[in-house]
Amino acid sequence: MYNQKVLDAFAHPQNVGEIENPDGEGTVGNATCGDIMRITLRIVDDRIVDAKFQTFGCAAAIATSSTATQMVIGMTVDEALQLTNARVVEELEGLPPQKIHCSVLAEEAIKKAIEDYRAKKENKTVDKSHIDYV
Amino acid sequence: MKVYADHAATTPCDKRVVEEMLPFFTDVYGNANSQHFYGRDTAKAVAEARATIATLIGCKSNELYFTGSGTEADNWALKGVALHKRDKGNHIIISAIEHHAILVAAEWLENNGFRVTRLPVDSTGLVHVEDLEKAIDDKTTIVSVMYANNEVGTIQPIRELADVAHKHGALFHSDCVQAMPYLDVNVGDLGVDLLSMSGHKFYGPKGVGALYIRNGVKLDKLICGGGQERAQRGGTTNTPAVVGMARALQISRQEMAVNNAHIVALRDHFEERVEKEIPYIRQNGNKQHRVPSISNYSFEFVEGEGILMLLDFNGIAVSSGSACSSGSLDPSHVLLAMGVPIEVSHGSIRFSFGKDNTMEEVDYIVDKLKETISKLREMSPLFDLKKGGTYNV
Ligand SMILES: Cc1ncc(COP(=O)(O)O)c(C=O)c1O
Ligand SMILES: [Zn+2]
Repeated sequence: MYNQKVLDAFAHPQNVGEIENPDGEGTVGNATCGDIMRITLRIVDDRIVDAKFQTFGCAAAIATSSTATQMVIGMTVDEALQLTNARVVEELEGLPPQKIHCSVLAEEAIKKAIEDYRAKKENKTVDKSHIDYV
Repeated sequence: MKVYADHAATTPCDKRVVEEMLPFFTDVYGNANSQHFYGRDTAKAVAEARATIATLIGCKSNELYFTGSGTEADNWALKGVALHKRDKGNHIIISAIEHHAILVAAEWLENNGFRVTRLPVDSTGLVHVEDLEKAIDDKTTIVSVMYANNEVGTIQPIRELADVAHKHGALFHSDCVQAMPYLDVNVGDLGVDLLSMSGHKFYGPKGVGALYIRNGVKLDKLICGGGQERAQRGGTTNTPAVVGMARALQISRQEMAVNNAHIVALRDHFEERVEKEIPYIRQNGNKQHRVPSISNYSFEFVEGEGILMLLDFNGIAVSSGSACSSGSLDPSHVLLAMGVPIEVSHGSIRFSFGKDNTMEEVDYIVDKLKETISKLREMSPLFDLKKGGTYNV
């Protein structure tokens, strides 16, 4: 069912785990309907320098999680926001049609982690200005 | 190492069975319905096969009809009776944990104007007689409950259920496909009117099954055609297959006690180790009433497909109750009916042992299973939560 590239990504996933005190984190999905993915990011000067994932899901979900983290490392957050599940699937040289939905998870988790990063950054700025005024 | 532990899906054909079948491909190849001596030789072999199976399950030869699969036998029984008795009533009853052969046939009937009741099961997969008492009415024409379930192995109280059906004037059918290799299936003891079997579950060939129809029971035909099977099921008889199925059942009965003891020993060793060595698991099924071959476990915080594939990489063949295939995960209807939470049901695996498995193979499965589960759990955010993390989904 899966091609060799997907099988390899599933059998030897990269970037498994979580980054302590991440600059951005995102968890998407829901166990009742299927897969859950959590991504943590280390971001320096708006550039992703490290990414780790944890995934509860099928082989396609695990393979796309691994590949997506590999792809975003080195990207700026703006570039990472442009990353689509279609690109991740392309990188894996395709998924069975009924498994395409599993790849959406990685895209969503990354978007959510970046949103979290931006929200945190804004809070920090607010905090700082607050301190400035005091 | 290569280990096959998926005997509930199918079994290898016994070499003795293959030997019995071979002449019927190349030498005794006549059409059993032909008038010449070629046909007569084949017809004789088919008659012997029918008599062998009939004797083993305690019915008469003219009550046994060969079909192209267990699925066909199930469809024929359910649709055949429901359609034939349409004027008497439009209600049929099945259990919620039937094989798709019955489940989907019942759906078809539902879409064609029949009322279908699906009997609930308890957390061990058992149907309760009281639930049948409650569901049955004078419009019920047929009740169909499988003898042994194919996912968890639970054995149903067929005799009691059949008695209730008869008390209310309904016919009783049992899918005995999974029970056949392990239980001394006998139509008289079970009190059934119709019974399905399938050759490939008891070390016989694939693509052949049989339906027992008690004399006097009337049902519509499913496969219309020539005069084969007493003009009730068209299609040239698959001579090698029916000969093979008969030989396979004969061997199965002769060696049943020995095989069952062997399989129970394998299974007990397997379960003892799994339960001791792998945390956060849940066994699905009924410890008292079950066939010896099936062990079904849910491994929490991980998903079945991943387990299946990692075991597959290690040369181990088992099967999962659910796989996310078409848009959303399709959890096992059997586990859901038993009340297993959906997210737990996703991590369920069926191990089904056979007569040729060895203790060494079982140990190999457990070793690889342990590795697999911990590898996937390391990856799982749910397992992390269990260990004390918190975050919002
Ligand atoms: C309980 C049960 N009923 C019916 C069938 C269908 O039998 P067959 O594969 O011969 O169509 C199976 C096997 O998959 C089964 O396990
Ligand atoms: Zn999936």
